[in-house]
Amino acid sequence: MARKTTTGQMAVSTVIAWAIGFIMFFPILWTALAAFKTETDAYSLPENWWQTPWTTENFGIVQDRSNYLRYVFNTTVIAVVSTLLGLVFAIPAAWSMAFQPEDKASVSWPGYVWIVIILGCFAAAAAIAYSVGWGMADRPLLGLALILLFGFPIVAWVWTRRTGDKLLWMLSTKMMPPAGALIPIYLIFNRNGLVFKDWGWIDLRDYNLIDTFAGMIPLMMLLNLPIVIWMLYTYFKEIPFGILEAARMDGAGLWQELANVLAPMAVPGIASTLLLNVILSWNEAFWTLNLTNKYAAPLSFFISEYSSPEGQFWAKLSAASLMAIAPIMVLGWFSQRQLVRGLTFGAVK
Amino acid sequence: MATRQGQALGRLAVAPAVAALAAWSIVPLALAFYYAFLHYRLDDPDNTFFAHGANFYYFVTDPFFIKDLFNTVALVLLVLIITVAGGVGLAILLDRPFWGQGIVRVLVISPFFIMPTVSALVWKNLMMHPVYGFFAHLSRSVGLTPIDWFASFPLISVGIIVGWQWLPFATLILLTALQSLDEEQKDASDMDGAGKLDFFRYIMLPHLMRPITVVILIETIFLLNVFAEIKVTSVGGIAGNLTYLVFSQLNDSNDVGEAAAGGLIAVVLANFVAMFLVRLIGRNLEA
Repeated sequence: MARKTTTGQMAVSTVIAWAIGFIMFFPILWTALAAFKTETDAYSLPENWWQTPWTTENFGIVQDRSNYLRYVFNTTVIAVVSTLLGLVFAIPAAWSMAFQPEDKASVSWPGYVWIVIILGCFAAAAAIAYSVGWGMADRPLLGLALILLFGFPIVAWVWTRRTGDKLLWMLSTKMMPPAGALIPIYLIFNRNGLVFKDWGWIDLRDYNLIDTFAGMIPLMMLLNLPIVIWMLYTYFKEIPFGILEAARMDGAGLWQELANVLAPMAVPGIASTLLLNVILSWNEAFWTLNLTNKYAAPLSFFISEYSSPEGQFWAKLSAASLMAIAPIMVLGWFSQRQLVRGLTFGAVK
Repeated sequence: MATRQGQALGRLAVAPAVAALAAWSIVPLALAFYYAFLHYRLDDPDNTFFAHGANFYYFVTDPFFIKDLFNTVALVLLVLIITVAGGVGLAILLDRPFWGQGIVRVLVISPFFIMPTVSALVWKNLMMHPVYGFFAHLSRSVGLTPIDWFASFPLISVGIIVGWQWLPFATLILLTALQSLDEEQKDASDMDGAGKLDFFRYIMLPHLMRPITVVILIETIFLLNVFAEIKVTSVGGIAGNLTYLVFSQLNDSNDVGEAAAGGLIAVVLANFVAMFLVRLIGRNLEA
């Protein structure tokens, strides 16, 4: 039985809660008001926001001046395509980890053996690089070999772990700070990378990735892949195993089991994952500010252009902001549950 | 029981994701390590050579490093205080019955869906502008001198903006946790005559300890990387953090080697936090 709440208490709670909700939402509301004012009136918003005339001219100006629709198109393409691409990788992985889990590590060496092997390979790679004077520019094949030497034991370790550890490792890749990856990714994108530049038969300098969809979509996919896998995994976990077994008893093959039994039950989870991932990609601002500037630039870049303004610009900034946030905020309202699930990695239920 | 065929397919199915994430985490790390020991400037690419530890030395002895390291920690702490204290308060409030719960929840969580560049510019101009901003108007209307937020308190201003963005996240998670607090527990403590404060101190707070830890760890990982808010409000020179310093080494100084060294330092810092978070999540996975 729930505790009784009197009407009086209820009224007090209501007033406080609405007041706080209003304060939290106020900057957004204020932006929305300014978006419908003229430039001059936007600067006197606090004094007389109710008297000055309303106008929709700002939206037209923003579109004419900087082609807002193009940025919307870019943002949508990057967010949606990267999400779909992520699902291609994530659905099989999540299915495998939820329904075909491996309970034991397939190689049972103690931890220190792995650490010695991983650090040993790392030291060996560094020593070889040092022995050639750290000069990889003319030795793309050696560079590739050294990266493999460095990476192989790590991949082998991950590959032989049991499912739970694989999942945690996937999550840990999300925790790598972008500052650490900025230089390598920037140089790979900017075709100036000192390693792997000229292979003889292919010169990577001919393939620029900065400010292209070909660069941004896979990058955005990889950025959010750990969260996508994790969310799908938690959704798949909730599908009762018994149903799959029953299907097997009835003689369903693996393919039938996947297509006719699992897929219909997985659709809601996949849809939720898609929703959260589109929101995350839409608002991404580190990589978009660093790696785009025109052709593949999304809304977050478009808005940042207003940081060095000329003259009066508040109404235009507000109109542009409102157009940039409105669609995704409305989507966000419907994704509260997914947000908790996706961003806490299941640590809060 | 998993069939043998299923298990083989299972390993095959997880392979693409493992390969993609391995490439994504290992290749940049290896290249960052390579560049961190290289003297390499974008404006002088022909003069490139092995630099020993010089990049690390110059990055760490750069006067900006100590300041930005301090800023990084201060910004994380400031936002954590805002979001955890505020989040507990808001969660308790929203957990009580009142009229219009659904709408108020939507109002409170909305800031989380605002892209960082938008919230930074809207706050800097419409809210915190020393003459035309809303805060300036408020101060004048009660007879105070308006504060020039970004000129006088750049770090705190950025902290307020980022705090506003992350408060909904903390609130939402703590609220979810509170709702799983058993009604019977509440009733029992009522019947035992526990006061409101006792209930908060001995039942609610212990119940919230774990979600609070989760909020702190997850937010820290994201807050170490605050970037857009600092860049578009143009306070990077004063209130920049390590992420911004790495960006500025690349963008303003064209110094690839030093930026890579700084990036590796950021990786080490983040790993400390990540280690705890991964353990916590791992323990939950077992349960």
